[in-house]
Amino acid sequence: MKDLALSALDAVARRSVTYADARAIEIREREITTKNGKAGHVSSSESMGIGIRVLAFGGWGFAATDDLSKEGIESAAALALEIARAGTAARKREVTLAPEQKYEAAWVSPFQIDPFSIPVDRNLGVLLAVDAELRRHPGVSLAEASMHFERRRQVFASTLGSLIDQTRCVTGAGFAALSYKDGEIQRRSYPNSFGGQYQLKGYELVEELRLLENAPRVAEEAVALHSADQCPEGEFDLVLDSSQLGLQIHESIGHPIELDRVLGSEANYAGMSFLTLDQLGRLRYGSEIVNVVCDARLEHGPGLGTFAFDDEGVPAQATDIIRGGRFVGYMTSRETAAAVGQARSNGCMRADGWERLPLIRMTNVSLLPGEQSLDEVFDADHAIYMETNRSWSIDDKRYHFQFGCEIGWEMRHGKRVRMLKNPSYSGITTEFWNACAAIAGQRHWTLWGVPNCGKGQPEQVMGTGHGASPARFRKIRIGSAYAG
Amino acid sequence: MRDNVEAAEAIFGQVVDAARALGVTEIEAIIAGSDEALTRFANNAIHQNVAQRTTQLSVRPVMDGRTARASTNRLSRDAIREVVAEAIAIARLTEPDPDLPPLAGPAEYQGVERWFEDTARATPEERARAVAEAIGAVEAAGQTAAGIYSTGESVFALLNSRGVLARHTETMARFSITAMAADSSGWAKASACDRATLNPLELALTAVRKAAESRNPRDLPPGRYTVILEPAAVLDLTGQMFPDFSATAIRDGRSFLTDRIGKQIFGENITIYDDAGHPLQSGAPFDGEGVPRKPLTLVERGVVREVAYSRQAAALAGCPLGPAPTGHGFPLPNEFGEAPINIVIAGGETSLEEMTASTDRGILVTRFWYIREVDPYEKIFTGMTRDGTFLIEGGRVTAGVRNFRFNQGLIEMLSKAEALSAPVRASGEEMYDMVAPAMKVREFNFTETTRF
Repeated sequence: MKDLALSALDAVARRSVTYADARAIEIREREITTKNGKAGHVSSSESMGIGIRVLAFGGWGFAATDDLSKEGIESAAALALEIARAGTAARKREVTLAPEQKYEAAWVSPFQIDPFSIPVDRNLGVLLAVDAELRRHPGVSLAEASMHFERRRQVFASTLGSLIDQTRCVTGAGFAALSYKDGEIQRRSYPNSFGGQYQLKGYELVEELRLLENAPRVAEEAVALHSADQCPEGEFDLVLDSSQLGLQIHESIGHPIELDRVLGSEANYAGMSFLTLDQLGRLRYGSEIVNVVCDARLEHGPGLGTFAFDDEGVPAQATDIIRGGRFVGYMTSRETAAAVGQARSNGCMRADGWERLPLIRMTNVSLLPGEQSLDEVFDADHAIYMETNRSWSIDDKRYHFQFGCEIGWEMRHGKRVRMLKNPSYSGITTEFWNACAAIAGQRHWTLWGVPNCGKGQPEQVMGTGHGASPARFRKIRIGSAYAG
Repeated sequence: MRDNVEAAEAIFGQVVDAARALGVTEIEAIIAGSDEALTRFANNAIHQNVAQRTTQLSVRPVMDGRTARASTNRLSRDAIREVVAEAIAIARLTEPDPDLPPLAGPAEYQGVERWFEDTARATPEERARAVAEAIGAVEAAGQTAAGIYSTGESVFALLNSRGVLARHTETMARFSITAMAADSSGWAKASACDRATLNPLELALTAVRKAAESRNPRDLPPGRYTVILEPAAVLDLTGQMFPDFSATAIRDGRSFLTDRIGKQIFGENITIYDDAGHPLQSGAPFDGEGVPRKPLTLVERGVVREVAYSRQAAALAGCPLGPAPTGHGFPLPNEFGEAPINIVIAGGETSLEEMTASTDRGILVTRFWYIREVDPYEKIFTGMTRDGTFLIEGGRVTAGVRNFRFNQGLIEMLSKAEALSAPVRASGEEMYDMVAPAMKVREFNFTETTRF
């Protein structure tokens, strides 16, 4: 791997380039799913290749190949340079990079149990036991469970002289019960929707999640939702569980703070951001208890955005994004940091594989724990509590959003009064975060993994981390998804 | 790249040998390769410019009702032996499934010509020149351009030990552009197997016109409006429902068509096909098991008629004279079964201009954004308008408007379509390309507005 990365770098570095880097990557994945008592998807995959990025003639060129012969690498290097040269046909300014140091490092993400050491039949046994428990409950029409494991080794070499060898191990697991009855489909997922929980861990995550223990409750709730009242429409205090709040952070804080979006790079597809440069240090993003960081360091936790170095050789860092409610930081790259006059990138460049160009991606964008107890968070005369995302949508400047959840409860004086089906809420990003009235403490804080964040053209799918604890928001618009 | 199709048989020979050495005779291989490049621009300049080339081998043994899949992009003799051994090893650890079909047998496939030399050989310079010309048109209007121009070719070969030898080669070109003015924007996109049929400059001028005409957007209240949806908006929204036209989804109770087959659920002017052979379509004429894709009439005059069946779904339907596989299965093993992916929404004879002229007050929508399902059975979706939303008054476009959020049921929407244009190959950002018309719909449900 090191030889591959160095030979690819050598293939471009001896041509006339301002800067170049090469990433040799080997990815191994295993995917196991079950559905209604049977194995669903059982697969194993590996992929190895190299991506070569050059800064030449004032702009970027990138070529990737899985032909790892000397000729294949030479050909990719020549193509990267040809592409950079072609870009001069429409170039307005020369790319400059914020300075960075040379690093030589080797890093392996910590894990206790190598997930690839667990045989597939044992994985299937765990999932099928959950499946059977879900279907034991009358009314569950579809039981689905899954595990996903990934090990990715990447060797990064750059013309700065950096040589960084990183290996990350990711595990994900979860299940869902679906109930169809009389023209209505209801669903409950555990521990989160869209595949469950994902973290930078080994198989120990599967054991920590207590999948089987939670299956009866989840099955019961999926069926009970048919008999629940429709979530009312109006303005209410809203309490969100930490998984839904994690997605709320992702969509309404994580994406708008991507500096490439702010500067227009994503305008044709993912869109831009309401956080224009003049807002930095001035905008009252949230209430005074709202503190958000972007933190890729291991100290923050085993998130999908945890690493030692980003994909342009910048060390993992912690950056304040919202401090005491005020907007104070973007996520940056070496190019965008230089473009706005910052001295250094804060290390957010990531690519979803060897065949893709690194982009600014969320690392772990987390709401720091508050000081309230869970009882204090729920301590409102009247509130709606929602759990587990069902749908999510936000405009292309990340300002107006609408979320739906799988289940809700009407709360009075901290007590659950009745279950509600089809709950949803909507609002304006800054108004929502400024309505934050209570955040639960560290004990209730979870670092959630979002494994499916899309961005870029060609689209890249990235895993991101979001820490959150349950929180309460005042006077939020509820029920708009079913309005009209 | 195209020659690699011939190399597929040689690779498959090695796969069969490796499987036999481990006592397995039933095996399938998928060999997929692509050579793609994309020139991306923003702020009136090329800023990301990429190319990638890859070939992947994926193998699936079938042994006494057991199966699993293993994939690699290493194609050495040793790597092929290893991937076959891995697939067999994990398949042996699964429980036998009495419903797992044996490998498919050989079949005849419809001939489709979707590979064009000029598209496969497009150079970075050619893409850059076209992008520079498009940017020039946007800059001349005092606006800012962002977008992509991509070209590439792909090969897909599926072979199995029962004699299936299915091969497909295709080229694809896409051009998408957003033109931005101070308080407005416009968008246009097209795709084609033959890049000669794309006109980047024309698309740029369309985006420029939309951005210019939507300046100083008006702030309208949310509510129910007559809307005219351009083809990209139609495909991105209606496209969300087609995964439900699946026998497996219905069997699982996760399809909105559960208890609705044979019923009139849309208006009589709605007829929808799935047709892999349609001249404006793209993709292979066979499915993930090598079964030929058959045309389906999904909806006929508002009545749901046919859904897709994989081989397993057809067998599970139970009746000896029941449905045959339709050629829409995904590669096994999978939990989703099948889905139609070559959608053709039959149109009408009303042009976009005629729809506008016949509208006293309504909203013209260029595209939607961030469409997500709100209710899986009523098929309610939410999302935003984007990059060109206009007020129509007295039969003509009079102003741009601030973007709306919608929460709209598709069953209701397709029951309230008042007019359809002739269908075109449409390209959006949220679903795969389709052949779709523009559509005029009454009482479309906009629930909120944003502030731009």
